[in-house]
Amino acid sequence: MTSTTRIEREPSVRAVGSSFPRVDAVAKINGSADYVGDLEFAGMLHGKVLRSDIGHGRIREIDTETAERMPGVVAVLTGKDLRDIDPYFGHAIRDRPIVAIDAVRFVGEPVAAVAAETEAQAEAALLAITVEYTDLPIVANLDAALASNAALIHEGPIRPGFAHGLGSLPERDGNVCYRYGFDRGDIDDAASQADIVVEEDYEFPAVYQYSMETHAVIAHHDGGEINMWANCQHPFLVRAEIAALFGFPVDRVRIVVPFLGGGFGSKSYTKMEPIAVALSRKAGRAVRIVNRVDESMVTTRRHNMKCRMRTMATSEGKLLGRKVELWLDTGAYADNGPRVTATAADAAAGPYRWPSVDVQAHCVYTNTGPAGSYRAFGATHLQWIGESQIDEVARQANIDRLEFRRRNLLRPGEEVRPGGRPLDADLIGDVEKAAAAIGWGRERIANRGLGFSVGLLAAGAHPVSTAAVRMDADGGVIVLVGSTEMGQGTRTVMAQIAAEVLGIDPAGVTVHGTDTRFTPYDRSTGASRSTTVAGRAVELAAREVLDALLETAASFFGGVDRDELEASNGQIWYRDESAGYADLVAERFGFVGGELRGHGEVKPHDGGGSYAEGPVFWEVCIAGAEIEVDRDTGIVRVLQTSSVADVGRAINPQLIERQDEGGALQGIGNALFEEMIHTEDGVLLNDTLLDYRIPITEDLPEKMTCIIVENEDGPGPFGAKGCGEGVLAALPAAIVNALADAGVPMTELPLTPERVWRQIQEIEQKELERRP
Amino acid sequence: MVRMDTVINGTRFDREVEPNVLLFDFLRDEVGLTGTNRSCDVQVCGSCTVLVDGLPVSSCTFLACEADGSVVETIEGIRDSDFYKRAESAFVSHAAVQCGFCTPGFVMTLKAIVQDGGGADEAQLRRSLSGNLCRCTGYRSILDAAAEIVGEQ
Repeated sequence: MTSTTRIEREPSVRAVGSSFPRVDAVAKINGSADYVGDLEFAGMLHGKVLRSDIGHGRIREIDTETAERMPGVVAVLTGKDLRDIDPYFGHAIRDRPIVAIDAVRFVGEPVAAVAAETEAQAEAALLAITVEYTDLPIVANLDAALASNAALIHEGPIRPGFAHGLGSLPERDGNVCYRYGFDRGDIDDAASQADIVVEEDYEFPAVYQYSMETHAVIAHHDGGEINMWANCQHPFLVRAEIAALFGFPVDRVRIVVPFLGGGFGSKSYTKMEPIAVALSRKAGRAVRIVNRVDESMVTTRRHNMKCRMRTMATSEGKLLGRKVELWLDTGAYADNGPRVTATAADAAAGPYRWPSVDVQAHCVYTNTGPAGSYRAFGATHLQWIGESQIDEVARQANIDRLEFRRRNLLRPGEEVRPGGRPLDADLIGDVEKAAAAIGWGRERIANRGLGFSVGLLAAGAHPVSTAAVRMDADGGVIVLVGSTEMGQGTRTVMAQIAAEVLGIDPAGVTVHGTDTRFTPYDRSTGASRSTTVAGRAVELAAREVLDALLETAASFFGGVDRDELEASNGQIWYRDESAGYADLVAERFGFVGGELRGHGEVKPHDGGGSYAEGPVFWEVCIAGAEIEVDRDTGIVRVLQTSSVADVGRAINPQLIERQDEGGALQGIGNALFEEMIHTEDGVLLNDTLLDYRIPITEDLPEKMTCIIVENEDGPGPFGAKGCGEGVLAALPAAIVNALADAGVPMTELPLTPERVWRQIQEIEQKELERRP
Repeated sequence: MVRMDTVINGTRFDREVEPNVLLFDFLRDEVGLTGTNRSCDVQVCGSCTVLVDGLPVSSCTFLACEADGSVVETIEGIRDSDFYKRAESAFVSHAAVQCGFCTPGFVMTLKAIVQDGGGADEAQLRRSLSGNLCRCTGYRSILDAAAEIVGEQ
């Protein structure tokens, strides 16, 4: 059973560092990959949701009698059906009813739901339900919600959610549901010394994540257990929340996660799962709910924001201080608003050395659809503002904008925020690469501009992940890990990590989606954490399997020292001899069958304290852009982009480039045209792709450069750290700065032709007035 | 009810259908084909693209009964073709697939482009694929794969 010939010791390709083809590519190309909406079970019903058509009101009466008698209808759910449970959920603030209880707070809020034999029957029954409301005053934007006499959207004490991770929540103040701020140094002192003061008001729009697949869930509450098939990014958090809502122990709640048709944060935390479970509970059968796009657009979105920022510096360009106030519109329910608010505040100062800084952030309820996570939240909100002010300071100090960054950016090891993880990346090296890629320093071309931006995003969320690796009797490997495959390629990367440890080809590793009944706990999929945190758990689990192989091999080779053994190319090697893994498993158990199993876990107090103090790592947000503006029409074209993926170690370089390319196009959409428009009554006007435009092939820049930086300085496996979000924070900022470089500074996104044209007219008017 | 006599992926379906049934729902609910995906519902995103008599249509806004007398092809029906094998190989090597929800729609549109003898020129491809939306990839890899597929014909 040993072999001394034919098997090469060195594999032809190493598992880590090579662009191994995606393990899920073929199933997705040929259409056989299953999403939640593709799954059907015997006896499964179809659920549809009746949604409020007013922005704020008290429910007087809901009449469901006619609907209940319609063909195919099995159950009609309203708030009355939830009197035996505490029907409010929300991981940050427990403010959201499963279905409206006594009031509605936004256009689109679920008021009732129908389960029927077919979707068409359920839809028909919705039309037969009548709801009578007493109108309440609608506050559908930040100004209205913050007015001194504004109607209150929520009353009563704040109930903290089970997983907000924000310490003790402050009391609600009017419609402000959460506040976060910090100040250090003497901001008034900075004001008195400053030669250069840049101060503006800014506006950032509501944006829809637009994952191609809408929210979808199949739920079956059979009285003893709750089973769900859901497209959720954080199945373990959703499991805990559903268990608490319906009074079940966690082990009686199961969630299976097939492939997700995109996430980008829109499927983080709990969304449509509670209403599906409640409907199934009433119907006594499994129920599938698949949102239509207009429904998902009122299920979650990105926060719109108002911000006032002041940056102060000396005439030599020494930064003295920054003062920031911001108000994020979280819609009618908090969702992840408090965390987004804190992250936005953390991103407000930017990665510079500030003698003084004062940041005050507010999360505000309005009568609009709830806002939650979207890729690079907080950083995307603030980086374009902070970096446009840095550019303006450099301009007034007459210093090259790149040179200004060289002088003022934080260096590795310096404090980013008090008590937190110090800077773990070479920002100056990174930004020089991004600037060089777009031709920094070359001669000016009329109506064109160059810009770049630098920022940091607190990444990794909470570092709690576990994973298991199993090696079967034939040497095949299964990785059980709770990261959700939503397009980013996590199944491929996890296969590569396990394969690298075990010295095998990644093709021999299988990674399935999460089934909470079998898959070990992983906190969440988001905040660029999977490769770094869950990947580390997979690495540790694979090392336990390797340990077992080495233990058996040591005795197999006659009691040799384990240090003399090496795993490579699917064999354990002792000098020139080797043993295959199947043989070693058989040797270990002394019979046909058996399996090796390893467990890995990552906890906050692991990792030399850095995990505990947070963040797990600082994700670098650096991009460059060249734009061209048509001064007659206000149309801005992005000619080229650059981005830096500072990943520590590239597990799969091709997947990293794809992350940055995808993030770059989302950045172009966010910067140039994506904007959800609400009326004063809280009606979302552009709730279809006809009116809400996302980037298409023709929006692609001529040239996109993704620069991968590998300094092996990450806390993840093999020195890796996460990526994929930074470019979405950095590119809108780079585009805004490039447009200012072309002579058109902007303080409101998106940069629609009309907005840009008006700004050009205003600038030209001022120039005319200035002339004698 | 109206008559629908249609060949879907080589199999004849001669049925009476409600006149308001969409081709997308017919393919899913009556034929069990789930490779075609629904997203925007308004003929913008292309996730639900199938071929009707060789032309790409958005099955989310195409009545099943409109396919009466026609030949319908979905991603499931072309898996064994030479075109599909070339497409799969190009999409894999360029990593032009992420979440995969839009991918079968792109493949079906590309089949029509290839049948039509469309050029592999980047500007042409950008235009002819502008009715297929992808939120994950940023399109660069899809256009590179497409140029390879169309160029090889």
